[in-house]
Amino acid sequence: MAHAATSATVLTPRLACRDAPVIHFDNVTKVYVNQNRPALDHVSVDVDKGEFVFLVGPSGSGKSTFLRLVLKEERPNSGAIHVAGKDLARLSNFKVPHLRRRIGCVFQDFRLLPNKNVYENVAFALEVIGKPRRFIRKVVPEVVELVGLEGKAHRMPDELSGGEQQRVAMARAFVNRPMILLADEPTGNIDPATSIGIMKVLDRINRTGTTVVMATHDAAIVDSMRKRVVELEDGKIVRDQSRGVYGQAY
Amino acid sequence: MRANFIFSEVWIGLRRNLTMTIAVVVTVAIGMALLGIGLMINAQVGSMSSYWSDKVQLSAFLCMKNSPFEACKGRGAVSSQEKVALQKQIESLQQVDRVSFEDQQKAYENFKAAYSSNSVFLSAVKVDDMPESFRVKLKDPNDYKAVFDALSGAPGVANVVNDQQLLDKFFGLMNKLRGAALIVALIQVFAAILLIGNTVRLSAYNRRRETGIMRLVGASNLYIQLPFVMEGTIAGLVGGVISAVLLMFAKIVIFDSMQKFFVLSTQLSWSDVAQVITLTTVVGVLICILASFVTLRRYLRV
Repeated sequence: MAHAATSATVLTPRLACRDAPVIHFDNVTKVYVNQNRPALDHVSVDVDKGEFVFLVGPSGSGKSTFLRLVLKEERPNSGAIHVAGKDLARLSNFKVPHLRRRIGCVFQDFRLLPNKNVYENVAFALEVIGKPRRFIRKVVPEVVELVGLEGKAHRMPDELSGGEQQRVAMARAFVNRPMILLADEPTGNIDPATSIGIMKVLDRINRTGTTVVMATHDAAIVDSMRKRVVELEDGKIVRDQSRGVYGQAY
Repeated sequence: MRANFIFSEVWIGLRRNLTMTIAVVVTVAIGMALLGIGLMINAQVGSMSSYWSDKVQLSAFLCMKNSPFEACKGRGAVSSQEKVALQKQIESLQQVDRVSFEDQQKAYENFKAAYSSNSVFLSAVKVDDMPESFRVKLKDPNDYKAVFDALSGAPGVANVVNDQQLLDKFFGLMNKLRGAALIVALIQVFAAILLIGNTVRLSAYNRRRETGIMRLVGASNLYIQLPFVMEGTIAGLVGGVISAVLLMFAKIVIFDSMQKFFVLSTQLSWSDVAQVITLTTVVGVLICILASFVTLRRYLRV
């Protein structure tokens, strides 16, 4: 660290690499086709490795757009996005699947396959990226246990409660040990009591070193977790607090 | 593992889309069978023209007692002087390569050989019924007009038959059949392409959950697209196999029996049929693969 202290402005490449944020938005603007108002308006934000970030704001404020840009499901109109050290503008379509293998996703509507049981739903994420069966047999039960569904591996999704289905979705998102976990309103369809359990799982995943970005409306959860809060409004960042609450007056 | 997974996906896809898959299979089978029949007609015409190219001749049949032909009305059988004169006249023509005389006995033997399978015909015809003839081999089978005209008017000649003209008639018929088969085949191929497009579209819609999740967890495009393309390929392959069966059936029922009705016909060999079957199956599968890929690019975002 002595070196860094003597020349704070000139970072060595190794240091720069280690300190590089996992998500880096630099002046990003996104305007959807046939819309005048930008969904994201000159947004600059960094998320470091291992952070837990709440993305809050009213509907249409740009939370989902932010997540879609991280996944390269959309391209920004201007500005630069780096995810996991990769410049997304220079990432060829051919390599996008490899980027997505390092990002796990959880949604409000769970998106489970109704004709597969818990184990098969989680294993599916590994099968489709060509992991060997031996590996799948080993890691899937571990992750099913991590999300608190031990003993329910052979249940079908329609035999599970909403909270349990979301746990399956989280297991599927985490089973490939992603660098980043994106959660888009994961508690949106779940009652408050069950939501606490979901948040515990997300926290557990965060403690393994995975960066978690969670878009939410749920004030109670944001207030209870005391994590970093980034608030969006009309596509602009209006607040970025390191140990924030949902609707703080500043 | 990978292969196992993809095949189970393909199986699920085929089962879900059973009726569409059957439609694709039937269309491909009929289209490829007709394409194959066109190709088989081609092979048949080819083998016949090469078989006959050095055998075609002009036959001048001579008058006998009670000949029904117009040229023989009011006169008896051809005399030996007339035969000698005719032979001299034919040999003097510059288009003639060589000429031979076929008497009644030889004509009867040739007749027996040609109609050996038809016993009713054989028992009805006697040696005395057979006409004598001059068999003229031309230098160029297509340059027959002058010889044909000279012989038609000559005294003692009942009628003149040109093998080339018979063959041309047959080839003309075959060309028309081939044209019809190929046109229908083309229409079927067009229908097959549209049907495959629709099947893939339906399949992509049915499996949008799966493909959505696959995209999300970072499955490669190949992994996402392969089950769809395989569905098309398997449908094409099954269609190809059915068309192969139809083509073998056509070879036995149509092409082999053609010999019974048309003496000049040659036998279509099984190796020709095998070639045609290979070609049509490959074409069928390729069409299915291409149609699947093209529709996938439109309906499956990856």
